[in-house]
Amino acid sequence: MSISIADLNSQQIDVLKEIGNIGAGNAVTALSKMVSKRIDMKVPIVNIVEFKEVAELVGGPEMLVSGIYFKVSGDITGSIMFLIDNDSSRTLINWLMGKDETNADLDEIELSALKEVGNILAGSYLSSLSTLTGLSMTVSIPSLAIDMAGAIMSVPVILFGQVGDHVLLIETDFIEGINRVKGNFFLIPDEQSFEILLKSLGVI
Amino acid sequence: MAEVIKVGMADLNCVYPPDALITLGLGSCVGICLHDRETKISGMVHIMLPYSHQIKNNSNLAKFADTGIAKLLDDMLKMGAKRSKIVSKVAGGAQMFNFNDTSDIMRIGARNVVAVKETLKNFNIPILAEDTGGSYGRTIEFSSDTGLLLVKTIGHGIKQI
Repeated sequence: MSISIADLNSQQIDVLKEIGNIGAGNAVTALSKMVSKRIDMKVPIVNIVEFKEVAELVGGPEMLVSGIYFKVSGDITGSIMFLIDNDSSRTLINWLMGKDETNADLDEIELSALKEVGNILAGSYLSSLSTLTGLSMTVSIPSLAIDMAGAIMSVPVILFGQVGDHVLLIETDFIEGINRVKGNFFLIPDEQSFEILLKSLGVI
Repeated sequence: MAEVIKVGMADLNCVYPPDALITLGLGSCVGICLHDRETKISGMVHIMLPYSHQIKNNSNLAKFADTGIAKLLDDMLKMGAKRSKIVSKVAGGAQMFNFNDTSDIMRIGARNVVAVKETLKNFNIPILAEDTGGSYGRTIEFSSDTGLLLVKTIGHGIKQI
């Protein structure tokens, strides 16, 4: 019998939330180094939400967002989605490339910079997860889509939908001066991997 | 005044004319609109996955092409729709992300579309129009009054089918 997120007890949920905190912390450290700026982070909000609510939480199903998507392989398999709204994409790229643009449209170089940011965030997130669990995992090259939030989120939600009706959502605010980047991380282990993950953390 | 009824993800709804049905931000999911040409009773289902028997967790009928269409048809007949007059329009099934390897799960949009067409064929429901595939999201709105389906995208235009 596989375990779905909806069946988790509060201790298991707390452990997953803590992983979210640590992962996001590592990601922000990596981001600070990359852009050579001091970037602060608000305490991430880690939630287990019903998939029907997901698109609402990221600004509504028709909101234009960037989604950077990775496949995870190794001891556990699954995927990671990093989702940010378009203002935040622009701010991230400005940080990275030392620009002061306000135009929401991104050129080729900026798009590839955005993928790279996602890559580093996902990589540092996974490496902390890997350290905590003792499981080895690697991420694929990133794939980027800029479209309606509902359409982008349909991909991880479908993957998760095969396991349960809930997703693990980690909402992180990165802050530098007056600029703020609001990012959402979704961790989506495959059906069998969810159990492996919880076992390795000693909560089942 | 016609009302516009929302259909969420893995959700379905039916209306009497002149009301309309809308689902926002379809990606790899597929929206299926059924329409009785006589009574104009219409329904929309927003499915996520192809077949219910492939998945253990299958209690939500509207999540799958096979059970979703069956349930929608059933609900419409209960409202007084005429079985022989029902036609369909289909939209969605995009591939939002591209990876080099085309594993089954990454082609879920295309698999959803195939399952929808097979199911509609089994029920003998003609497909009058479709707007499927591509790599972009769609918002779709179906008017029970006119039987027209409005498809809106970001950067790929608006069309009525």
